[in-house]
Order: sequence, then C-alpha cells, then structure tokens
Amino acid sequence: MTDRTLWRSTKRIFCKNKVTVAAFVFVAAIVVIAIFAPQIATHNPNRCNYRDMLSPPSQAHWFGTDELGRDIFSRVVYGARISLLVGILALVVGLLIGVTIGLLSGYYGGTIDIIGMRFIDLLLSFPGILLAILICAAFGSGLFPVILAIGMYSVPTFSRITRGSVLAIKGRGFVEAARALGASTPRILVRHVLVNILGPILVYATLRMGSAVLTTAYLSFLGVGVAPPTPEWGLMLNTARNFMRESPHVILFPGVAIFISVLAFNILGDGLRDLFDVKQQ
Amino acid sequence: MYGYIVRRILTGILVAFGVVTLVFFLLHIAPGDPVSMLIPLETSGGVGTEIADQIRAKYGLDKPLLIQYVTYLERLVHLDFGRSINTRRPVASALIARYPATLQLTFCSLLVAILIALPVGIISAVYQNSLLDNVTRVMALMGVSLPSFWLGLLLMLLFSLKLGWLPASGHGGPLWTWEGLKHMVMPAVTLGTAVSGILMRLTRSSMLEVLREDYLNTARAKGLSERVVIYVHALKNALIPLITVLGLQFGGLLGGAIVIETIFAWPGVGRYAIQGITGKDFPVVQGSVLAISLGFIIINLVVDVIYSVIDPRITYD
Repeated sequence: MTDRTLWRSTKRIFCKNKVTVAAFVFVAAIVVIAIFAPQIATHNPNRCNYRDMLSPPSQAHWFGTDELGRDIFSRVVYGARISLLVGILALVVGLLIGVTIGLLSGYYGGTIDIIGMRFIDLLLSFPGILLAILICAAFGSGLFPVILAIGMYSVPTFSRITRGSVLAIKGRGFVEAARALGASTPRILVRHVLVNILGPILVYATLRMGSAVLTTAYLSFLGVGVAPPTPEWGLMLNTARNFMRESPHVILFPGVAIFISVLAFNILGDGLRDLFDVKQQ
Repeated sequence: MYGYIVRRILTGILVAFGVVTLVFFLLHIAPGDPVSMLIPLETSGGVGTEIADQIRAKYGLDKPLLIQYVTYLERLVHLDFGRSINTRRPVASALIARYPATLQLTFCSLLVAILIALPVGIISAVYQNSLLDNVTRVMALMGVSLPSFWLGLLLMLLFSLKLGWLPASGHGGPLWTWEGLKHMVMPAVTLGTAVSGILMRLTRSSMLEVLREDYLNTARAKGLSERVVIYVHALKNALIPLITVLGLQFGGLLGGAIVIETIFAWPGVGRYAIQGITGKDFPVVQGSVLAISLGFIIINLVVDVIYSVIDPRITYD
C-alpha cells in the first residue's frame, strides 16, 4: 500500500466516525487556545481586582470573576496551557521510562524481564492516584513533581504494551536479519524494534492524555499539584469551592473545561485505537 | 488449589515489602528532609536550625539512612507507625480509628457503581448498536471523563446548599441510622459514578462476548425464555471476568476516596493523608500511604483467591 493510499484509507475510516472527528476538532481547539492564550484572554489571569470580586458573568468578564477579582475566562484560557503542557511532558516522561523498561524486559527476557515486571507490579500496588500524590508529597509542589508524578502514573501501561509488542516482534525475520548483519543491540532496539511498535504505543499515549489532564487537576485540587496563583483548572476549583454558595459560577467554568478536555481526549483516543485495530477493520 | 493460594499470599507479602521500601526511600531520598520542610531554616536563622536538629534527633532522622530503614521496619512489624509531628498522637491509632470510615465509603461506592453499571451494561449489550446502546456508551464515556471532585461540588451545591436535603460534610454515624445514611449518599454517589463508567463498558463487552457463545443457543433451543437465558446463563458467565476488575476498581476507589473524603470532610484515611501532606506531617503521610496501599494489596489477594475458587478453569501452575 502506498503512502497516499494509506492516508486516504485512514482519512476515510476516521471521517466515518463523526464523534471522533468532533473530538479531534475539540482537541485541536484546546491546542489553539493553549498556544494563543495571551491573544485570546481578555485580562491578565493573575491580576487581582478587589473592587470586582465574585462578580457573575457579564460583558466585561464573560465567565465572571473569582474571590480575588481575577477574570475567570482568562484563567480558564491560560489553564488550557498548563494542562496541555503538564499532560504532554508527563506523557513524554512516562513514555521514556515505560518504553525503556518494556523494551529491555521484552527483548532480553530472563532476569531483566523479571526485575522490570516486578518493578511495574510494585507501581501498580499503589491504588489510583496515590503514587502520584506520594511523589508530589516527597518532592513538594511545583510543575516538575507534578510532571514526574503523572509520568510515573503512566509508566505501567506503556511498559506493558511495549513489552507485549516487543515479544511479538523480536522473533521476526527482519530483527534476525539485522542481528545476523552484525547490528549492535541498541541499534536493533531503536531502529528495528521500536520503530515498528511505535504506532500502538502512540495511540495509547493519546488515550492516556485525558487521564493525564484529569490527574493534573486532581493533584492541584488536593493542594499537592501546581502552586498558586498558577491558573490551573483543579487549583481554581480548590480555591473556588469556599465561595460556591454565593457565586456558583466560580466552580462551573473550570469544571466544564476539565470535563470537556478529558472527554475530547478520551473519545479521540478511543477512535484512534479503533482506527489502528486491524480486527475491527 | 491450596498451593496456589499459599503462593499468592507469599507474593502479596513480597509486594507489601516492596511498597514499604519504596515509600520509605521515596520520602527520605527526595530533596529537602521533612523537618526542613516543616521549619523554613533560612527565615528563622540559628534558632530554627537548633529546633530542627532537636526534631531530627527525636525522630531518628539524624541517623544514617540504612539504620533509619531497619528501625522503620522493626517498628512496622510491631504496627508502630510513629507519632504525628503536629498532634503528637500515635499514627497507628489514628489509622485504626479512620480506616472503617474509608472502607464504609469504598464499599458503598462500589455498590452504587454496580447498581448503575450492571443493568445498564446488560441492556446495552442485549440491544447492541441500538439508540439505547449508543446513549449508554456515551454516558459511560462521560462517567469516565467526569472529574469526581467537580461532580461532588455540584451535588453539594444542589442538594446541600440550595435544596438543603442532604448534609454537606461529615460522618453521620452508623450506616443503618437515618443520619448515617444521609451523610453517605453524596460521597458514595460521587465516588461510585466515577467507577460506574468503567464497569458499564466492561459489563457490556463481557456480556457481548458471552452472548455469542453456543451454549446460549442450546439454552434457547431447550425452550428457555430469553430472560432466563440472559440473566441466568449469560450473566453468570459474564460476571467472572468482572470480579477481577472489581478488585482493581476497589483500588481505584480507595485512591479516589482521598479526593472525596477531602471534599465531604469524611473522617477517613484519605483525608488524614492529605492533612498530613498539607501539614508537612511526615509520619502521617508515610503511615496513611502505607495503610491505603496495604489495604489494596489485601483486597486484591482476596479477590484473586475468590476468583480461583469460583472459576474452575483457572490453572494453578
């Protein structure tokens, strides 16, 4: 199949699923909002205005203002930037660690496999987001601990998928041929094995993006994630909940932003998984 | 089978040891020891340093790491989790007092999740590709994507602050009392909804797989009604893989309980852990993280053993 035909068939299958297309448009919109946040935001997201605190949505403040008089719309717009940045970097961390463990475990087998997989079992022994909370508690609040925590949270998924794919591929002819030609192990792993299994791993990475955005919000909501006054959606909800009785709008918009983003990433991830699932096609 | 159970218990003990070790080293190797986080030395000058040294000596934090680790293991064997730096009370007794509330919340949430997911998942599978199926699939995806803390806040806003029907926070006593039940509703629904989406999808796919089996055609050929075929023959077999997932979901619920307990001021271990983190109370963080993880390991162990008992197809090699 030529590249052109492959692209056409991918486009055809992708466009057939309208929900996935809608999710793709949403994700693209979130990316655009994140990139052009300074142009889209109507106010400085951190500028307090004590004469205009907790005001409801109006023409001046589309989503109203929070307890310090900051413009909620601008904070939600900048929040997209933080969520995407943390999500992508956390996935990169998760991919780097998880794929390395999976590659080595699957390719070498034996003791390395046992050690690698027991480490993964250990990570899986922490229920839910507890490991992420623990990492944030150990390293303090800030962007780096959050990225590391969410990255580690994704490591088991990536390493298991990678290991499974490596096991399926390592006995194939082209890997044997590369070995017979005298290629070094790192070269075989990167140029021959990794390149051929990268597709499914990247699809799962998209599926994990929703979870990464959600976990970022969870950690900030609990007060162990990014530090104030960063305009992060979870952190906004954390501070806003004390004022929701008088001003319900303060919890509405950051929550909707998290929900829509996570939903869009999850639908897109599901759609991409179906697209690359040979059995379904 | 007994060999399998013994092996599974031994693995569980090994994993628990691994968790204990990881938690210890993660909290000790991380930059900035707990005492320097508690007392900002650069702002308090010499006095701060002196107090910090005293606290380090009191909690044994001035000794070499390996010595601290051995002491920590010795204490754990005697169920001694140390004392809270802030309240000076033993962490173990606080955990024992709080664990029932967390388990109560987790079990009730699981019940809510099953009550939502099972019927909806079955209907979705039986009427596959119908409008009903599509609606429930979208609902399941929304359930997975909905931030539970936001749902909790929305429910609190509506049912407590606006309508005044349910209490906004706290634990109302035993579950069989009216007050206890009223306090449980919102936390359990919030936490249960988050998991129901995953369970709904699993019930659907598990039922779809079973519905294609030949033995269902045999049951139909025998003249059994469709209701009996689905609810007795199909559901019984579809439930088996769900039990393992329920064990894993229980872990998710234990993790999720941390957030829900914080929102609804539920006096459980999760809230205690967050109080420990925000109060920089290192023994509390260590103790509560261990308590939650060890609870998860035990639950998974029990689920695995139950699974091996109810599914005779499992091989024990």
